[in-house]
Amino acid sequence: MTKLLEVKDLRKYFPIQKGIFQRTVGYVKAVDGINFDVQRGETLGLVGESGCGKTTAGRCLLRLMPPTSGSFIFGEEQVDLAQLTHREMLPFRRRIQMIFQDPHASLNPRMTVADIVGEPMRVNRTAKGPALEDRIVELLDSVGLRPQDMRRYPHAFSGGQRQRIGIARALALQPELIVADEPVSALDVSVQAQILNLLAELREKFQLSYIFIAHDLSVVEHISDRVAVMYLGRIVEISDAATLYQSPKHPYTEALISAVPLPDPSAQRKRQQIRLEGDVPDPSQPPTGCHFHPRCRYATDLCKTETPQLQEVAPGVQVACHHSDTLELQGV
Amino acid sequence: MNTPITVTSQHHAYRKLLRHRSATIGASIVLFFIIVAIFAPVIATHDPRQANVVERLQGGSAEHYLGTDGVGRDIFSRIVYGTRISLKVGLIAMTFSIGFGTLFGAIAGYYGGRADNLIMRVMDMMLAMPSILLAMVIVTILGQSLTNAIIAVSIVYIPQYARILRASVLRVRELDYVIAAKVIGASDRRILVTTVLPNCLAPLIVQATLGIGAAILDAAGLSFIGLGAEVGEPEWGAMLNENLKFIRRKPLAVTAPGIAIFLIVLGFNLLGDALRDALDPQID
Repeated sequence: MTKLLEVKDLRKYFPIQKGIFQRTVGYVKAVDGINFDVQRGETLGLVGESGCGKTTAGRCLLRLMPPTSGSFIFGEEQVDLAQLTHREMLPFRRRIQMIFQDPHASLNPRMTVADIVGEPMRVNRTAKGPALEDRIVELLDSVGLRPQDMRRYPHAFSGGQRQRIGIARALALQPELIVADEPVSALDVSVQAQILNLLAELREKFQLSYIFIAHDLSVVEHISDRVAVMYLGRIVEISDAATLYQSPKHPYTEALISAVPLPDPSAQRKRQQIRLEGDVPDPSQPPTGCHFHPRCRYATDLCKTETPQLQEVAPGVQVACHHSDTLELQGV
Repeated sequence: MNTPITVTSQHHAYRKLLRHRSATIGASIVLFFIIVAIFAPVIATHDPRQANVVERLQGGSAEHYLGTDGVGRDIFSRIVYGTRISLKVGLIAMTFSIGFGTLFGAIAGYYGGRADNLIMRVMDMMLAMPSILLAMVIVTILGQSLTNAIIAVSIVYIPQYARILRASVLRVRELDYVIAAKVIGASDRRILVTTVLPNCLAPLIVQATLGIGAAILDAAGLSFIGLGAEVGEPEWGAMLNENLKFIRRKPLAVTAPGIAIFLIVLGFNLLGDALRDALDPQID
């Protein structure tokens, strides 16, 4: 496998401004120095509670907001997307696309399905006239929609179907990487499975890579090759999906895994549930040391003062915890 | 292609409008005035500008339905022709102010920052003055004529549209489908024209309908104080002014154009209110 994208030390700070002169009094460190890479054909899950910076990280990658610092080395060309101007970014826009969380907000209600799916190709002039029409039909077919649906407006469709339209739009420019921002969390559980299967199928068919953002480990488990767990703007653990679920190395990952319901009720009853105390701290005033220590059952004095760095503890497994080698954490 | 007919939101709004009683009344009044304006030469019994001093200040009769004014012109015919002027004033002024208001509001809302501040502060200054006063100032600068009155009224109403559009743009530009348009690499101008503006139109349509009424009223006001239509033109506001001195001897000469102004403004306002309800998905 070759590396498609490498994110180095991505930071995004939002200034907190007060008073009539908009003086900056502090920063919300939404993303605070994260590093990860995505291999070609791979799905990287990005998991964490709301407010941990996973969506911000995704939007920075797509250059929807400028990162405070960091670099995104993309493709064979090894171009740093973070340094490009808007104009220079245009050819790369085609290669990185996005799927949105809310299928009701992500489709323009005044455009027909054909316009929505055709717009990327019209904007980038990759097809027009009858060729465009054929391509739209082909795209709709690959996401499981009928050609006659293209004359209808988004409100005539169900949530799952709308999400399929959004996926067709993301595929229109034949991207290499798709950032999927919680693509199934707004859908019914039965529909979630269909969309996840569709995404997996499309990945094989078009050799796609995904960055799959979610707050729910059970969803990520099905689709991801590797999973990165984020807490308060930092990555606390990255590892391949199976290892992460069986033997988590970070206490936060352990807590997230224990929140995933087991299909077997008796196993579910026997299992020890870890309930995290408190809320995610205010990201403008993060705790000292390890951000997770106020909520961690294993925290020691070291955790309150020293910030743990993300370190490789086994091949392909990186953890940011002082005690990862001594803790015996429970998986699935 | 054999697609099943879907009920689009426009269809839905249209049906809601038909059920609305004040919409029916408002639309009927507006339609009535439009027909009168189109067929003015057929409906009018006399030349609206032809003075006939011998027949001055007559009461209503079979010859002059609403009597004659101080120089013997037929009031009925003048009101009929006045419909043309009023509708023209309303439509032109509204089109002009919507055009510029949309432009300013869209730029301010979409780009934000310094452009937003500059545009909106100018708009605030204009809004700080009563509209008729500002219009008077503008006409005084440009010189008295109906065209200048239309220009004045248009300028005066730009801030309203700009504010409405800016608010809509601010709301729409954060929506996911606008972000989706950025992701596919669409230019700002394309996003604004094809994605943002079409989703900002509903409040604008309402305001435009109400705005025609307001523009007609203001233009009539300018003509009433002698800053609008040229002397002798069959303009309702000017007629009010001309006939005011005869109010005791011949009240009809003053009330008739007054009622005409009242009715046309009422018609547009009722229609505008109903449109607002029809386009609001929360009222069903």
